[in-house]
Amino acid sequence: MLQTEQLTINIGPQHPSAHGGLHVEAVLDGEMVTDAIVHLGYVHRSVEKIAENRTYAQYVPYTARLDYLATHLSVMGYVQAVEKLADIEVPERAEYIRVIMGELSRIASHQLCIGSMAIDIGATTGLLYCMRDRERIMDMFEMTSGQRLLSSYMCIGGIAEELPEEFFPAVHSFLQDLPSMIKEYEGLLFGNEILQARLKGIGKLSAQDALSYGVTGPNLRACGVNYDIRKIEPYGIYDRFDFKVPVGSNGDAWDRLMVRKEEIVQSGSIIQQALEQMPEGAVRSKVPRVLKPEKGREVYHRIEGAKGDLGYYIVSDGGEKPYRLHVRAPSFINLMVLPLISIGGLLQDIIVNIATLDPVLGEADR
Amino acid sequence: MMQKIETIFVDLADWFIVLLQGWGIPLAWADAILLLVQFLGVVAIVLFNITILVWLERKVSGFIQERPGPNRLGPFGILQTIADALKLLTKEDIIPSKTDRWIFRTAPILFMTVSVMLYIVLPLGKDMQVVDLNVGLFFFISLGSLSTIAVLMGGWSSNNKWSLIGAMRSVAQMISYEIPLALSLMGVVMIAGSLRLSDIVAAQGNVWFIILQPIAFLTYFIAATAELNRGPFDMPEAEQELTAGAYTEYSGMRYALFFLAEYTNLVAVSALASTVFLGGWQGPGLPSWLWIIIKTWLVMFVFMWIKWTLPRIRMDHLMAFSWKVLIPVSLFNIVATGFGLYIFKGLGG
Repeated sequence: MLQTEQLTINIGPQHPSAHGGLHVEAVLDGEMVTDAIVHLGYVHRSVEKIAENRTYAQYVPYTARLDYLATHLSVMGYVQAVEKLADIEVPERAEYIRVIMGELSRIASHQLCIGSMAIDIGATTGLLYCMRDRERIMDMFEMTSGQRLLSSYMCIGGIAEELPEEFFPAVHSFLQDLPSMIKEYEGLLFGNEILQARLKGIGKLSAQDALSYGVTGPNLRACGVNYDIRKIEPYGIYDRFDFKVPVGSNGDAWDRLMVRKEEIVQSGSIIQQALEQMPEGAVRSKVPRVLKPEKGREVYHRIEGAKGDLGYYIVSDGGEKPYRLHVRAPSFINLMVLPLISIGGLLQDIIVNIATLDPVLGEADR
Repeated sequence: MMQKIETIFVDLADWFIVLLQGWGIPLAWADAILLLVQFLGVVAIVLFNITILVWLERKVSGFIQERPGPNRLGPFGILQTIADALKLLTKEDIIPSKTDRWIFRTAPILFMTVSVMLYIVLPLGKDMQVVDLNVGLFFFISLGSLSTIAVLMGGWSSNNKWSLIGAMRSVAQMISYEIPLALSLMGVVMIAGSLRLSDIVAAQGNVWFIILQPIAFLTYFIAATAELNRGPFDMPEAEQELTAGAYTEYSGMRYALFFLAEYTNLVAVSALASTVFLGGWQGPGLPSWLWIIIKTWLVMFVFMWIKWTLPRIRMDHLMAFSWKVLIPVSLFNIVATGFGLYIFKGLGG
């Protein structure tokens, strides 16, 4: 019998496919993966601890840096949690604007997921097509808040400012072009046989495993579980919109991607409905400068983030700062299944699995 | 006038010989010196081609990806490659301490040498061939496979796991695709009846071999893409998986040599494709050496187009594709060609 050696390699934290500081220690037998260990903490900024030293309003920009690819959703989860904690009413128009911005963020995040998956398997052009379209969303974010990536546009009690005039034509033309964008991705990426061969049946996650690991978001829906917080526990005004929850069946990398592709379409329809229903009015309610929620009150609020079930747990001790804040970060929990779905596959499949699990390390490490 | 342009390089060589003889140098020596000059000419062609090619690759990829590409240095950024080369030349030459130094140093030189040697047999125009070997095609294929050793040397001596995996992949891939590459050319050899490249070109006087041997052309093209380590078969480099594969530890000019050698190979393989399948230097109107340039660049454009469109195939699919699809298809092509020739000869052709 030929003596062979197992090779331990470190994928990351500095690696082209590390998605910003992910470290996977993989043990290889040739090209086969026999073990994979996920190491986290390279982007740890103790965001949860910082919350204890900031007032509720001061903390808003920190949440934008959690899931920095869908900042509006991260911020939305936090501000809604604080509003729940301090019983703050939000004007109707602000709710709609939040939905629009949140869903735009979701589209941007999914586009980036598709794009980075494409470049991770070597289809460089796919990334640039997705980036080109995502750029239009970033431009819209810039119009509203002057910030492209980390816009803390939402604030406690509403949103910071009314939408500018030029935002509306931009969002309308974006929605109009959305189907053709999807068609382009299908032509360049999803219809490609090499890509299908690389994704179908790879990184299979059973619904049972997904549920017991606590996987949420598109990754869970790809396994065939119809679980979307916007539907089962509508927050904000999500009960007013008519949209479908795309569900996969196999739980493989291909389904994870297809679910995201469908979600882009559904988000587009939500934005369309929101734009039609949006009433006139104020966008921000009167909120005291320094919030002091009741002592001993605690709240857990969760929303459907771009990566999954994004929850904020805040405990108040009656002071102007949170006593304790915890973030249930979907990326962190989703990443935990990476060894499960990667062991037994090839080295190249780890890359596909990381890309289709779509973790954001800013959120996973906090 | 047309005749003058057509034979400009041949005339130049004749003039050179006469000049040397005029200086009292015996003919044999003059021929040897001419050979040296021709070799320098080949190197000049290679370097000139690569300078344009690297720029063109970036421009083409920019065009495909809807971005401008290099556009700062010179008109349309054409001087970008020169600036890059200067940068790589002036970079610190790093050899990691635990490498096998000699092999680490020789690998890029070997790769480049082998790649440049491919040009010796290529007919770059009418009567424009450094050496017209009677086993020209065989020489080309066997030298082409030598580059595998250079990649393996580089990868293994680097003492880096990524490099090792990249090198091993490279060996597996190149050996697997060597076979269909050689087999696909066999059909052409059977029709032309010779391994001499000038004979193969001459045999395409009436009809190009791409028409007689379409399957062979396809298998050649696919196998050549794998031989070149280009996308979708850029397994050994696979920067998204293996950082830079076999070349991870290389920097500065040593890396550049690998890089240049790959492009040298690209030009050579494209030139061979145009020689063997696209009628070589033959064509109406334009001088022969211009025709081969046009054809080669067209083939190279297709290579680029494919690279910038397709994702990378998976390693096991890659091997399966070679052994289960390409090799049977090229074997079938040989059998079919044999039958075709038999029938053709039977008809009195």
